[in-house]
Amino acid sequence: MNLTLKIWRQNDAADAGRLVDYPVEGITEDMSFLEMLDVLNEQLQARGEEPVAFDSDCREGICGMCSLMINGEAHGPEVTTTCQLHMRSFKDGETITIEPWRASAFPIIRDLVVDRSAFDRIIQAGGYISVNTGAAPEANNIQVPKVAADRAFDTATCIGCGACAAACPNASAMLFLGAKVTHLGELPQGQAERSPRVVNMLNQHDAEGFGGCTNIGECATACPKEIPLDVISQLNKDFRTAKKYAG
Amino acid sequence: MTQVDDLYTVGDPIADTKAPKDLPIEQIWTRAKFTNKLVNPANRRKLSVIIVGTGLAGASAAATLGEAGYHVKSFCYQDSPRRAHSIAAQGGINAAKNYNDDGDSTYRLFYDTVKGGDYRSRETNVYRLAEVSTNIIDQCVAQGVPFARDYGGLLDNRSFGGVQVARTFYARGQTGQQLLIGAYQAMERQVTAGTVEQFTRHEMLELIVVDGRARGIVTRDMVTGKIESHLADAVVLASGGYGNVFFLSTNAMGCNTTATWRAHRKGAYFGNPCYTQIHPTCIPVSGDHQSKLTLMSESLRNDGRIWVPKRKEDADKDPRDIPEEDRDYYLERIYPSFGNLVPRDIASRQAKYMCDEGRGVGPLVGDFRRGVYLDFSDALSRMSRAAIDAKYGNLFDMYQRITGEDPREVPMRIYPAVHYTMGGLWVDYDLETTITGLYAVGEANFSDHGANRLGASSLMQCLGDGYFVLPNTIRNYLADGPFEPVAQDAPEVIEAVESVRGRIEKLLSINGERTVDSFHKELGHIMWEYCGMERTEEGLRKAIDLIRSLRAEFWRNVRVLGTADSLNQSLEKAGRVADFLELGELMCIDALHRRESCGGHFRAESQTEDGEALRDDEHFAYVAAWQFGEGADRLNPVLHKEDLVYKFIELKQRSYK
Repeated sequence: MNLTLKIWRQNDAADAGRLVDYPVEGITEDMSFLEMLDVLNEQLQARGEEPVAFDSDCREGICGMCSLMINGEAHGPEVTTTCQLHMRSFKDGETITIEPWRASAFPIIRDLVVDRSAFDRIIQAGGYISVNTGAAPEANNIQVPKVAADRAFDTATCIGCGACAAACPNASAMLFLGAKVTHLGELPQGQAERSPRVVNMLNQHDAEGFGGCTNIGECATACPKEIPLDVISQLNKDFRTAKKYAG
Repeated sequence: MTQVDDLYTVGDPIADTKAPKDLPIEQIWTRAKFTNKLVNPANRRKLSVIIVGTGLAGASAAATLGEAGYHVKSFCYQDSPRRAHSIAAQGGINAAKNYNDDGDSTYRLFYDTVKGGDYRSRETNVYRLAEVSTNIIDQCVAQGVPFARDYGGLLDNRSFGGVQVARTFYARGQTGQQLLIGAYQAMERQVTAGTVEQFTRHEMLELIVVDGRARGIVTRDMVTGKIESHLADAVVLASGGYGNVFFLSTNAMGCNTTATWRAHRKGAYFGNPCYTQIHPTCIPVSGDHQSKLTLMSESLRNDGRIWVPKRKEDADKDPRDIPEEDRDYYLERIYPSFGNLVPRDIASRQAKYMCDEGRGVGPLVGDFRRGVYLDFSDALSRMSRAAIDAKYGNLFDMYQRITGEDPREVPMRIYPAVHYTMGGLWVDYDLETTITGLYAVGEANFSDHGANRLGASSLMQCLGDGYFVLPNTIRNYLADGPFEPVAQDAPEVIEAVESVRGRIEKLLSINGERTVDSFHKELGHIMWEYCGMERTEEGLRKAIDLIRSLRAEFWRNVRVLGTADSLNQSLEKAGRVADFLELGELMCIDALHRRESCGGHFRAESQTEDGEALRDDEHFAYVAAWQFGEGADRLNPVLHKEDLVYKFIELKQRSYK
């Protein structure tokens, strides 16, 4: 198939950036979206033009590195990551617009590559259970009801890609935050730090410049791991509880 | 030293691996922990450790050393430590908890791992791994890793990878992800505590050795291009395996050998580089554009039947139109007792033979069809669709997304792919390389899996090394520190920095005709063809010549655009491919010199009458530890043998007929 790509090109943070048109030919539907970009990059280099920079690593939908807005949708039209999107989801002759994640808390580094270190800092603010190596009790001393274990797992599948914030009109990362608060909050091991965790992580989220949630739901629609929107309700509930007891 | 075959020389054997001697095996690690020197908590903050890589081994080591109070500097090439490729491990993690009371024990896990490794691993290290396995599960559960549980709320186990006990802990098909997030969170906690400094989008490009000790690394900031030197009292490489030397593998795009290869060039021996694991159930290559291969869980072989058409002419027919009598269920035919569940290497090799005969299926890639059917129609007639979906639904969906075909309707197509490298930097019992103060953990070292790794063992080894082993061995070294401070303008630092700058300038200045990827693909093709599932003397010799001339062409004809002082992904790849082009030759030399078959290393000249791998314990029961030789034109490495002495386990030839 032949396609026209409109790709965001930007040399560095200081550059204004622009959309550039690239025709590509000979794309097959078995190619992944990123392999299609590989083909473009080989063609660009053959012509002496610098390839388009984009992030990807595992290319099997789990590392969370890939991050493209495709025709205005985070990770494109399917419920999956950009790397697992295949060209059979597009039609011959189509024009595809490819942009980096949209959120001021994810500044652009070059072309389609953004800086997501804000997510690491949110985890650093409390997204963990404090237990030093060697201090753990025997594993089966901690019983976890299966329902809680399953919910903890479902929310722990977040890959930290940032699609939620990129899709949200407010650039809120509360789905990411809610997923972590729910994962650790469902488990008995996570109770001791439950209240300070939610307060500290939320403060960091706001300090990074992510917006507040206004229940639009774009985040859950864009999430490649289908993290449910109700983790944000859990986040709000935990925050309310934390504030009540803190006075 | 004896020159052999104009390819390598033989040097002195390795005399000592530093494990405490003359003790029952279950007392060795306890003794080592006792005799290793301690560091007073107040002194720990004066001691610094660099850790390269943030996968399970690197992140767990960083967290643990940080908790202990050392000053840790952690480096990764990704934009966050959480993205390291451990995240992609699906199946599970072994531990000898014996929660099912089915006869498991530390000793049995030790025994299974040595046997699974085809008797080419070191007993003392493997026993220690089995010993710490139970602690790993405790630690991960305490961190909040959501392992599968039964209705009573206790941990669930499954059996995995050809063993007869259920000792595998799992979190659906995403165990690696959940374990890595646990280790990552523990490490981020130490960032907040101020003990771990985190450097993302930083790639190690050189090792700094001063007075025979590893004292730092040179990195490139992948955003600004800045070349930096980082100094410390010790350096730990947790930089993973080198499967991407084959271009196509199940590794992430960025996985590379540069950290380990740079260390090798500075004096660290490389152990058993030819031991590669090829996984039988991956989605086949669909065309030249292919950038990576995706693993389909091995569990599919429990219910799927593997076949190819009996006649070549049927290769491009719709499989549903091929009647039963025209199908060859070749694994069931050749191995009636194990059938579709033969070990990974046998299943892989037989698939290759079928395709080499011209009976492969799927699209033509070049002149070949490289795929065999994995058919669920029998299972679907035996079980309900819902029951099949409950077991394999997510895998079927993933397959359908990639290929556009529904395995419930059309047989799945699979083909083997490179998955894991058992070889790596040679380390002693303390996980220290042959460079003093340089340690290697996880897949980056060679130590525990011998010639073949069992399923659910890589996660165990990475976390065993990082949480429990390294922190208890490196203290013995750090106790003599802090070492004499190294100045940023010391000659060894300047030399390392300048060599990195020179290499980058060279890569950018060649301005030839071919892209980095085209060289990488060609190298991968050579390696897969001659140093893949089946190796022969003739093929390996040919491969060595081909690699040498490809390497020469690379340095003459590669085209790397862009600049050194910006984010430049072609430049990053170019440096990695340059190192793969040297490692590839070493792998072929190692495969050529090992004139036996063992585990993942199958030499066509060494097989039983039935076509099974035939070990030669009399001549090859040793670890091949290679010292870097001459350099770029021809490696001419030096072979140092570490004899493998089996005091506790008897060597046996395996059979799956």
